[in-house]
Amino acid sequence: MMAIKTSYLAKNVRTLKPSGIRKFFDATTGMTDVISLGVGEPDFVTPWNVREAAILSLEDGYTSYTANAGMIELREAIAKYVDDYYCVSYNPEHEITVTVGASEAIDIALRAILDPGDEVLVVEPCFVSYAPLVTLAGGVPVIVETEKENDFKVQPEQFEAAVTDRTKAIMICSPNNPTGSMLSKIEMERIADVAKKHDLLILSDEIYAELVYDDLYTSFAALEGMKERTILVSGFSKDLAMTGWRLGFVCAPQEISQGMLKIHQYAIMCASTMAQHAGLEGLRNGRADMADMRKSYRQRRNYMVQSLNEIGLPCHKPEGAFYTFPSIEATGMNSETFATRLLQEERVVVVPGNAFGDSGEGHVRCSYATSMSQLQEAMKRMCRFVEKL
Amino acid sequence: MKLTATEIEVAEILEKDARLTNDELSKMMNLSVDQIHQIVKKLENEKVIVRYVSLVDWTKIDGHQDVTAMIDVKVTPKRDVGFDDVAERIYRHREVKSVYLMSGTYDLSVQVEGQSVNEVAHFVTQKLSTIDGVISTTTHFVLKKFKHDGTVYDSDDRDKRIVVSP
Repeated sequence: MMAIKTSYLAKNVRTLKPSGIRKFFDATTGMTDVISLGVGEPDFVTPWNVREAAILSLEDGYTSYTANAGMIELREAIAKYVDDYYCVSYNPEHEITVTVGASEAIDIALRAILDPGDEVLVVEPCFVSYAPLVTLAGGVPVIVETEKENDFKVQPEQFEAAVTDRTKAIMICSPNNPTGSMLSKIEMERIADVAKKHDLLILSDEIYAELVYDDLYTSFAALEGMKERTILVSGFSKDLAMTGWRLGFVCAPQEISQGMLKIHQYAIMCASTMAQHAGLEGLRNGRADMADMRKSYRQRRNYMVQSLNEIGLPCHKPEGAFYTFPSIEATGMNSETFATRLLQEERVVVVPGNAFGDSGEGHVRCSYATSMSQLQEAMKRMCRFVEKL
Repeated sequence: MKLTATEIEVAEILEKDARLTNDELSKMMNLSVDQIHQIVKKLENEKVIVRYVSLVDWTKIDGHQDVTAMIDVKVTPKRDVGFDDVAERIYRHREVKSVYLMSGTYDLSVQVEGQSVNEVAHFVTQKLSTIDGVISTTTHFVLKKFKHDGTVYDSDDRDKRIVVSP
């Protein structure tokens, strides 16, 4: 008899926690009349000219691989875009890689920079993949928790307190998923000072950079002396409503960029060719659509923030992305109970804050990437739900 | 007339959905209900907002199959008043839904609605073409409306997203 191992899975994977969001997805199957505020993607369909560019590329027979780093025309367009709007110049030949979504960009960035045991300061609440990807890359995630008293903005002193000899990088997303908070330029400069002082990299997830509603956006890479120590991750998913295309990019100094490219070429080969053609059209002719979507998100954000505060679910006004992060502490429930009961009793889906880290407990994430009429109905239902308690 | 960016945005929102209440508008624009009330009143008084309309798809209703025609009209402009005088003589008719002055090979684009082809034909031959200054008319009947004022009549607007995603 052959011996059977108790598990063939690597220890890393066995102990990895599955994403807490999955549960809520399963709970909604079979339910009707559900309004979802639980979706982390735009409610808009990709602009037609962008879709058409992909269709034309297929008609013209562009069905083969591209260069590993992505089509040079696309990388040049990305370089121009980043230069025009964020005032950072990257060399499209050596410093830009087109990836399968920003998610892949984060993965290859971590794998490129981490030796076993290296620590990464992960600012939470945050996107669900950050800490697991650090672990899978052999690193150790060190969680830095933000607080609602600071509108979920990380304080530089928190980094100072968490830095050790092993700290390699700070991982940060602004505007943030799930809180919507955006760091001001001054706040970013103070964080940059910490990075310089301790010789840390900043892994900056800037996927929501185009979706800011009050102030101008600043990229970490644009701060003085920071381009050398910033890995700028972004993509086409949120601002051009292209989530399903899986298209992102990462800009970094040449050495890091070429390191990431090695992983990318072995693991991925290249991003989907038709998606790259679509992305190119989006960068060239997508700004009018982007502006329309931005305006619509701003109106809905204002509506939702005011409505939630009136209902008695206090929330700060998020400067960007398309999420509000109201506190549900006044209801006496924890975030999972709140979300479960809201779904069962009023058929509204929100995501419990603890899915984004322990510091998200006491809050739920509500996305306003849904039509005004749906938002109006959702607010009515949430109001009824809270009043009944 | 100069409007502020806020006033323009209120007009844009109402153009898309005129049924939003002042309370909802005030939340969307982050203004007080009173401020919104002032803005809407101003837009109405200045005739920036001319009228609130609903886009109705009458083809869905039995017995309401109206006929629409787009008519290209060539006109001799008159001294001092140009095309205004003829345009006015045309738009006064109840059957006429819109009148635009056009660049290109003809002058006025006139949209006419009637209950039958006959009724529209009668209007064109008896009323429109006899107006002083009208040189010629070319009538195009509308067969099907796909999109009107930025709205697709029967669009597939189902939400195709999964219900929860990170």
